[in-house]
Amino acid sequence: MASETELRAVPEIEPRRAAGSGLARALLRRRELSIVLVAIAAFAYFSAGSYGGAFNTSNNYHILMQYLAPWAIIGAGETMLLVCGEIDLSAGFTFTVIPFVFMSFYNQGLDVPLSLVLAIAVAIGIGLVNGLIRTVFNLSSFITTLGMGFFLEGMTYIQSNAEPAQPPITGGLGDVLGGWRWSELVWALVIIAVMQAALSYTKYGVYAQAAGGNPLSAAESGIKVGRVKVSTFVLTSLFAGLAGIIDQVRVGSFDPTSGGNTMMFMAVASAVIGGTALLGGSGTVVGTLFGAVLLAIIENGFTLSGVNAYAFDVVIGIAVVAAMLLNVYISRLRRKYLR
Amino acid sequence: MTEESTDTNAGPGAEVLRVENISKRFGPVTALRDVTLRVRTGEVLGLLGDNGAGKSTLIKILTGFHRPDSGRILMNGQEVALRSVAHARSLGIETVYQDLALVDELPVYLNFFLNKELTAGPFLRHGAMRRQAAEALGEIGINIPSVGAEVRALSGGQRQAIAVARAVNTAAKVLLLDEPLAAMGAREGGQILRLIDRLRRRGDLAIILIAHNYSQVMDVCDRVNLLQHGEITFDRPSAETSVTELLELVHAEYRTA
Repeated sequence: MASETELRAVPEIEPRRAAGSGLARALLRRRELSIVLVAIAAFAYFSAGSYGGAFNTSNNYHILMQYLAPWAIIGAGETMLLVCGEIDLSAGFTFTVIPFVFMSFYNQGLDVPLSLVLAIAVAIGIGLVNGLIRTVFNLSSFITTLGMGFFLEGMTYIQSNAEPAQPPITGGLGDVLGGWRWSELVWALVIIAVMQAALSYTKYGVYAQAAGGNPLSAAESGIKVGRVKVSTFVLTSLFAGLAGIIDQVRVGSFDPTSGGNTMMFMAVASAVIGGTALLGGSGTVVGTLFGAVLLAIIENGFTLSGVNAYAFDVVIGIAVVAAMLLNVYISRLRRKYLR
Repeated sequence: MTEESTDTNAGPGAEVLRVENISKRFGPVTALRDVTLRVRTGEVLGLLGDNGAGKSTLIKILTGFHRPDSGRILMNGQEVALRSVAHARSLGIETVYQDLALVDELPVYLNFFLNKELTAGPFLRHGAMRRQAAEALGEIGINIPSVGAEVRALSGGQRQAIAVARAVNTAAKVLLLDEPLAAMGAREGGQILRLIDRLRRRGDLAIILIAHNYSQVMDVCDRVNLLQHGEITFDRPSAETSVTELLELVHAEYRTA
């Protein structure tokens, strides 16, 4: 009897009103909007504090950029992987190893552009191996990329002798690849924009969502699920390798202890806080950008306000879990009010 | 509902699919033995049988997933070898499975166009897909709140209807419906049966309805085949049989077993 009454509401056309205002509806519809509001609130909070003078400077914005740009660039790839129902735990070490891959080509006498092309090709190869092991042998991406991460970390130390190297990428090419003050931010924004467009406006985006949401149904409709996933692993490694070069050209040193698990975790955290589901099927790349902005504001704000640096990790841990809970809660609201 | 579905003014047309003497074994198990069936355009054939009777094997052969060991399949009188699911589909054989049809996270119109998206260059034509999906769904009388709604927000009946509409929209000649009423309440089941009846009346589609609930499907079927232990044991127009007779046949099977 109860199910009969429930069903009666179903075929009628009128969409139900959300409880509350248009803003509430918009927040439900566009998941990334809530994280934008939280980022703005955090920005306002630290601007208004007694150290606001130090927070609102061009130099400090530049520091914010240094944090968020690599998280956003790698996060763009991780977002697409999460949407596909996968994850890349090795991306942080791809970030670390690719500059040294570049160095090993360069040290053999190849010129900078050719060494760069080959290093990027190796990054693509890393993604290809991740993706093929995942899809051909049906090994979970968690295990596959965990192993790849260790492998790449070891390769970094072998290549570098555990010593930093001076990046030989200079001149115009150097400016484009991180040398110019804001170039890393431009890379991040362009990659975020391109990937969001790919997710929302191309077949690839639909296929990625279908592959993560219902792989059986996707395969049944003729979508090559494996190919979609492999391409996304490749994109993620490509972005991670690129971010490694750009970020460390900016710093002026290729550092074998840079990146790593922390970098990967911050990229994934940016995606999750930005509203991407860990279980696949849905997410937004723009949300990931704002997730990264929020994390950068918190880290930088804490530093400026003299909060213990260790507290940052505590906050990130809580923020990730809270974001996941919020995600679950919001999807429940969506199901209730947006049919 | 019964009233409109017993009305057969459209009348079945030419035979579109014929299966002749098909057998299939899996190791020592004979799944299908000498199965022959035929279905005509504008006709709904009910393929009934208990779990394990061989329905799934027969569907998988018709969708190109399995190859039969012997026997042949004819589409419009031409013998065909269904090489793959894609090949069967290209010949106009579409299947709607009971539950894995749709992607919850995608809106209705993207599910409707899944892997057949309309594009301009590399970009999706969201507007055009919304319009065409709404039109196609409206045409076969499916009411949903909005084609932009995520599928997860819809009821089981609406989801099934969308899956059927999607299959029909692909120039299908033969539509296989695998347990379309499974796990559905009476009211929703009724909506799907009415949808099947509307499709039959269009007269351009042969429908094979696979089910194990005899009473639900008898109304909408023109003809009923009963599959028992891999053999077709019964083939008669539904007007000339009854649920009681079919159940009697199935019970006889258990008594001898």
